[in-house]
Amino acid sequence: MAVPKICGIETEFGIAHTGTDDANPIAASSLLINSYLSEVERTGEGGPAAGVTWDFEDEMPGNDIRGIAPLGSLAPEIETHLVNAVLTNGARYYVDHAHPELSTPECSNALDVTRYDKAAELILRRSMEAAAQMLPPGQELVVYKNNSDGKGNSYGCHENYLMARATPFSQIVVHATAHLVTRQIFTGSGKVGSEAPGLTTEDVPFQITQRADFFEEEVGLETTLKRPIINTRDEPHADARHYRRLHVIAGDANMSEVATFLKVGTTAIVLAMVEDNVLPREFRFRMPVLAMRQVSYDLSLAKPLELADGTSATALEIQWDLLDQARKYADSHGLDTVGGSVGEMVIDRWEQVLAGLEADPVTLAGQLDWVAKYRLIQGLARRHDLRPDDARLAALDLQYHDLRPERSVAARAGLESLISADGAQAAITEPPLDTRAYFRGQCLKRWASSIVAANWDSIVFDVGDEPLRRVPMMEPSRGTADHVGQLLADCDTAADLLNRLRESGTR
Amino acid sequence: MAEREQIKKPAPQREQTEVEDAPAASEQVEELKAELDDLLDEIDEVLETNAEDFVKSYIQKGGQ
Repeated sequence: MAVPKICGIETEFGIAHTGTDDANPIAASSLLINSYLSEVERTGEGGPAAGVTWDFEDEMPGNDIRGIAPLGSLAPEIETHLVNAVLTNGARYYVDHAHPELSTPECSNALDVTRYDKAAELILRRSMEAAAQMLPPGQELVVYKNNSDGKGNSYGCHENYLMARATPFSQIVVHATAHLVTRQIFTGSGKVGSEAPGLTTEDVPFQITQRADFFEEEVGLETTLKRPIINTRDEPHADARHYRRLHVIAGDANMSEVATFLKVGTTAIVLAMVEDNVLPREFRFRMPVLAMRQVSYDLSLAKPLELADGTSATALEIQWDLLDQARKYADSHGLDTVGGSVGEMVIDRWEQVLAGLEADPVTLAGQLDWVAKYRLIQGLARRHDLRPDDARLAALDLQYHDLRPERSVAARAGLESLISADGAQAAITEPPLDTRAYFRGQCLKRWASSIVAANWDSIVFDVGDEPLRRVPMMEPSRGTADHVGQLLADCDTAADLLNRLRESGTR
Repeated sequence: MAEREQIKKPAPQREQTEVEDAPAASEQVEELKAELDDLLDEIDEVLETNAEDFVKSYIQKGGQ
């Protein structure tokens, strides 16, 4: 049976340090995040939980280095790879490899993920402004929400979905692959040229996704080399007897809220259908890695993909089939596990977007990133009579993802908004109500000085007169406002909370 | 070699809506074309002035 599709997005952002010859991306990322933490601490807006370190207790060793940079020590040459903050909205904001990265809190539905993804953009924007105050005049940190530098280096936007441990992984692989390869027609952020070995801008002037060039395997554990379409990292951040976490690395970072909403929403529904074993047909590609690129390179959306059984189907046809199954699934099983009414919104929008892609993709210029970008690229090329490999087109591509309001091309592209300005603003500091992120966020808001560390599935308290206490949160659907709102309201101090938890055995 | 077969096209209900949508879609396409010029004017103003240098200097380390 399908479990609630608790989900979230982790985005690695591109970063440029302008106005200096001595740029170091790790130092720049650290400065960016530390500047934000200091700024929010100074203004008392309650964004980050100051001084609370990320707790690596349940993580694979070697992922990161333990610890957090103390606030106030902002010299970039000192603070390198240590920044790792937990925010009161339940998110994690940190330096990963040589990029600033933000993981949204756990959400119960695709609309909430979209809201927290929007809040993440605002947090990065504030971080740039705060960093500008710390840097010498003429220098600036600029953040890009994209997945490639156009020179063969890629960084990820990963999605995470809670799944039932009992579901056979082979079934997840088959159906998730079919969806991840074909959903590209609405999740792609568009890219000028190709970074696949041996291909040039002449061969591929424009493609649908940022990421398709970088996948080399069907299934595997890697995320940086030989990237697989299905990633097998098994780190549930929850009770491993009941759950696994599907870590999806095959998507693009989206500027379009509609694209983010559909990316997460349709995938959550497909995965719920896999768990409930309702998908009658398996679309197994003869060559999944090739299919990934074929879909990304085919702006006509018309070329059939070869299936293992000797038949073929286009990405659109497979998506229509999955949508039809989703409609039936909504009738037979309901959509409670994917956010109820939000699940219905997903299905309606999914249908509208597939119909638009079938009729004429340009009708979706206000909804999908690749269509919006392609329209601008074509327009600029025509206006100035540019060849496909002209640097101005590559520049427009990069600048589409620039998060500075005064430079962002996406902000000028007329993209439809699903999230109100107030909703996004509130999500900078407020956690979602209906996952364990609520408990994490509220505890950090109220008792940050009594918390020494936090992570996805626990919080470590230090209330002074007793040993450190770890409060586990192994069930992602608990710790909600309904579940612990009253309990938290009844507690004045963290010590009260610990006492109450000890008495009740509540987790 | 096995014969290729195409998957059945969308259900009847959807075909109907497509027919109804068709004129609206073409109107929308015309509108979009008209808007594009204004949009390009605005974007021309914010684009980095030295595209070549900008693109060349944007180098990232590979991540996840």
